[in-house]
Amino acid sequence: MQRYSGFGLFKHSLSHHENWQKMWRTPTPKKVYDVIIVGGGGHGLATAYYLAKEHGITNVAVVEKGWLGGGNTARNTTIVRSNYLWDESAHLYEHAMKLWEGLSQDLNYNVMFSQRGVYNLCHTLQDMRDSERRVSANRLNGVDGELLNGKQVADEIPYLDCSKNTRYPIIGATVQRRGGVARHDAVAWGFARAADALGVDLIQQTEVLGFRKENGVCIGVETSKGFIGAKRVGVVTAGNSGHMARQAGFRLPIESHPLQALVSEPIKPIIDSVIMSNAVHGYISQSDKGDLVIGAGIDGYNGYGQRGSYPVIEHTIQAIVEMFPVLSRVRMNRQWGGIVDTTPDACPIISKTPVPNLFFNCGWGTGGFKATPGSGNVFAASLAKGEMHPLAAPFSIDRFHTGALIDEHGAAAVAH
Amino acid sequence: MLHIFCPHCGELRSEEEFHASGQAHIPRPLDPGACTDAEWGDYMFFRDNPRGLHHELWNHVAGCRQFFNATRNTVTYEILETYLIGTQPQFTEQAAPLTTTATREQGEKV
Repeated sequence: MQRYSGFGLFKHSLSHHENWQKMWRTPTPKKVYDVIIVGGGGHGLATAYYLAKEHGITNVAVVEKGWLGGGNTARNTTIVRSNYLWDESAHLYEHAMKLWEGLSQDLNYNVMFSQRGVYNLCHTLQDMRDSERRVSANRLNGVDGELLNGKQVADEIPYLDCSKNTRYPIIGATVQRRGGVARHDAVAWGFARAADALGVDLIQQTEVLGFRKENGVCIGVETSKGFIGAKRVGVVTAGNSGHMARQAGFRLPIESHPLQALVSEPIKPIIDSVIMSNAVHGYISQSDKGDLVIGAGIDGYNGYGQRGSYPVIEHTIQAIVEMFPVLSRVRMNRQWGGIVDTTPDACPIISKTPVPNLFFNCGWGTGGFKATPGSGNVFAASLAKGEMHPLAAPFSIDRFHTGALIDEHGAAAVAH
Repeated sequence: MLHIFCPHCGELRSEEEFHASGQAHIPRPLDPGACTDAEWGDYMFFRDNPRGLHHELWNHVAGCRQFFNATRNTVTYEILETYLIGTQPQFTEQAAPLTTTATREQGEKV
C-alpha cells in the first residue's frame, strides 16, 4: 500500500494525479477463509481491519452484496458522541470514541473527524434533571460532559432561538465537547484500504443467500457466486439482519425501519457544532461543504425500502425551524433513507447465536455510525477468540430472555 | 405517502391518520405466569421482521381509533389488503413462517 503523505501529494501532482494506486484489490474468492464477514459497511470493514491488525488473522473475506459503504454508512448524519447513560453502553461507545481520536493516523486516511462538540438541548425541568443525571453518570464513567444553563447555550449557539416566546423554550443543554462528526464515506474507505493492505479480501457484488451448516455448525456461506467456506462467520448487515437470521433459521428481537436524513443547499458557515433536541425531535450540523445535515425520527412502520415517508420530512423540518427560525427559507437539496435495525432496548446485539460459529453484530438501530471503530474492534476480538469481548458481553442476545436489558430509550438523545 | 383503507371507516385515508403497531397475529400466552423466560422473551421481543409480505397491526388513531390488520410488502410498501381483527389474511408468503420456541398453550390467534 502506498502511504499517503504531503510528499506523496506533491509527487503525484507532477503527473497530474493520474497514477494513484487503486485503494483496494478486486480479488476472486478463495475456497475457505478463517473468518467471513457478511456486510461491507463501516462496522464490517472495521471488524476485518482489527482482525488483521490486532489478532493477526489475515485470511479474512468481507462479502458485500452491493458496494463498500453503500448502506447505512452512506446514509447517516455522521454524528459521533459517547454520552450514554448506562455503564455498559457508555463503556462501549467511549471505547469507540478513543479509537476515533487516533483513527486518521491509524488508518493513514483522513476520516475528517472533527470534535466540534455535540449539544443536547433541554426544554423542560424534567429534561434538565435527566440531563444532569446523565452528565453525572458520564463523568463517573470517564466520559466528558457539561451541563449548561439557558444563557450559556444562547452564548455558545448564536442563531439558536433561546427566547421565552417559543413553543418549547430552551432552558439548558448538555454538551460533550469531544463529540462531533466524521466523514462517513472516508471511514468506510479508510478501513477498506487499510484492511486490504493487511491481506483481507474485499468481495463486492456478491450476495450472501444463506448459511451452510454441518451437524448444526456453520461452515460457510452460500453466495450468488457459489459456496465459500469459513471457520467463523460474522454477520454485520444492519437493517437486513432480521433477513439474514431468517436464512440461518432463527429470529432476532429486531424490527427494520426506514430512518431518513436531509441536506440543504450549501450555505455560508452558520452552525459550528452538532445540535440535537429530544423535545422537538430533530438534529442538525453543517458539513464542510456548507450544507446543513438534518435528521429526525424513524418511520413508524417496518420497511426495507431505503426511502422515507413525507410526514416525517415535514416533522423534521418543523423541528429545525423551531430551533433555528433563521433557516426557514433554506431549501433542501436531497433526502434519503437508510434501514435501521431497532431493538426493544435501543442497544446493539453483539453476540453468539443459536448456530455455533455464527456471530451477529447488529441492532445498532439509529445510532451505529458513532460506534464504527469500537464495534469493529470488540467484534473482531470476539471472532478471533470465539468468546465475546468483555465490552460486548452485556450486549448478548440472551438479554431478551434473561431480562437484563440496557434501556437507553430516551436516555441519550433524539436518535433513540 | 401511503394511502390506507380503514376497514372500519370504509375509506381510503392518508398515512398520517394511522399508527403502525408492529407485527400482527401474536397470541398472548394464556397463563403468562407459567411461561419460561425463553417463552416470555420470544413473545415480548422476538419478531419475524420479513423482507417481503408482512402482516401488521394498525390503529386509525386520528379517525375511528380502532385497530385492524394489513398485509403490506415491506420492500415496495404496497398494501395488498386490510382486514378486521379476528379474520385471516388472503395473501401470505409462500415460505412457512418460522416456528417460535414457545410451546405453552396460547390464546386465540387474533
